[in-house]
Amino acid sequence: MNKLAVELPGLSLKNPIMPASGCFGFGREYSDFYDLSKLGAVIMKAATGERRLGNPTPRVAETNSGMLNAIGLQNPGVEAIIREEVPFLAQYNTNIIANIAGSTIEEYEEVALAFNDTEDVQALELNISCPNVKEGGIQFGTDPMMAARVTEVVKKASNLPVYVKLSPNVSNIVEMAQAVEAAGADGLSMINTLTGMQIHLPTRTPLLANKTGGLSGSAIKPIAIRMIYEVKQHVSIPIIGMGGVSTAEDVVEFLLAGASGVAVGTANFTNPFVCSDIIDELPRTLKKYGFDSVKEVIGKAVTLA
Amino acid sequence: MISKEIMQILSVSEIASETVEMVLRNEYISEQAIPGQFLHILIDGHTLRRPISIADINRESKTVTILFKIIGDGTKTLAGFKEGMEIDVLGPSGNGFLIEEQDSVVLLIGGGIGVPPMYYLARTMVKKGKKVIAVLGFQSKSHVFYEEKFKELGETIVVTNDGSYGERGFVTDILGKIGSFDTYYSCGPVPMLRAVTNELQGRRGFISIEERMGCGVGACLACVIPATDEKGYKKICSDGPVFDAREVTL
Repeated sequence: MNKLAVELPGLSLKNPIMPASGCFGFGREYSDFYDLSKLGAVIMKAATGERRLGNPTPRVAETNSGMLNAIGLQNPGVEAIIREEVPFLAQYNTNIIANIAGSTIEEYEEVALAFNDTEDVQALELNISCPNVKEGGIQFGTDPMMAARVTEVVKKASNLPVYVKLSPNVSNIVEMAQAVEAAGADGLSMINTLTGMQIHLPTRTPLLANKTGGLSGSAIKPIAIRMIYEVKQHVSIPIIGMGGVSTAEDVVEFLLAGASGVAVGTANFTNPFVCSDIIDELPRTLKKYGFDSVKEVIGKAVTLA
Repeated sequence: MISKEIMQILSVSEIASETVEMVLRNEYISEQAIPGQFLHILIDGHTLRRPISIADINRESKTVTILFKIIGDGTKTLAGFKEGMEIDVLGPSGNGFLIEEQDSVVLLIGGGIGVPPMYYLARTMVKKGKKVIAVLGFQSKSHVFYEEKFKELGETIVVTNDGSYGERGFVTDILGKIGSFDTYYSCGPVPMLRAVTNELQGRRGFISIEERMGCGVGACLACVIPATDEKGYKKICSDGPVFDAREVTL
């Protein structure tokens, strides 16, 4: 029996580890470092209906224990991704999750439909939480009615399981999670980045050309843990957890909070081998905390009376 | 091909105002690196690596020299590293300068911390029997470095913005006085590169661009630049940092 294996809607994961969307491109660059077949899954960079060139630079700025980014969903468009990127990733023995984004509900629907024609993608991650584009993205992720609406449309259009990626930039994350669950989401993916800003003192201007960006990295881990823990108590669909994961111990913490899969984002930039290293380390870490398998850790955080 | 390597620090010295020279030892990088490539350096406690260009290579002693300016927390920490310590790097990264075999005279234009990659390029050019003319721009006298080292390789003109050393003004102010050359190579801040490419419009040239980077391997799309090809952009970390002056839009 594989102690690291997890079963999720549409995904038979050999281990719960997957690079997060936007932090791994379409895997090509990281395939020079290690065999991508080692990964439980790969979440591809967001796909939109047409090619997007993204925001002006600078697009990244380091912060204490993290970074801000405002890439702006740059991608070659869904058709090019299906034609050129999916076949590359399909060579590897891993699951492919397509992250889909749009400016309008119609665009989300169009992108979701496009992935119906490829056999190599196992699930969709519905990106209603990108903070860095003017239209779409986060506007769908901060209003429960809009989130439910886009979830319904994508569920209807797609023949794949849909994991809705939630934004932490809301006052009530449970309400958002319940809204998309009721709209038919097969799972949740959380959290996306938190909106932030940094000012460069010598020039008195924001460091990012977009002014604001999404904060990621270990700075946001406690927020992710809190939100996953709260949401887990109120929904019955599985959660793919993410937000500042960089070690096998972090993975155990996310599993305890209630995640069934764990995505690694920013840490890939610090160490391109991080996903591979975590997968190697995870069995020892599970054992250290008294567990035999990943499955038995999920949601096992306890509160003392 | 980029590898994750451990490099031993052999020496650290401040060679000009806020400018640090570090000599590192690593067999793989010293054997593989070509002029124009960079190291993506991990600094403990920092999320993002720092891209720093290679200033020189010595294949016999297996050493790699880098120069960087102390501009923030990361470079300040790096400057405090001591001889005998080790650093984690990804490299050699980026594409490096294209050397045209038929050229006989090349013009190298470096500005500030864009000067270091010009040195390894100059040494390589001289080794290939080409004549090198170097124009080096700095803020002021206290920032000037490597003048003597460049002079050993060819005609070298130093320019300072405030006129405290060498010629006064910007590197572009004296390009009109340079003799004939076949190809130019330039590295420095974007406003300087814009001025240089305008001044030398129509000439064959290669420019090396710096930008804040994320992954440093071409995956995250943090450091892109608009390009004239149908894709519409280039990734500075992996398609560059060196570009044909005509293929990107500064």
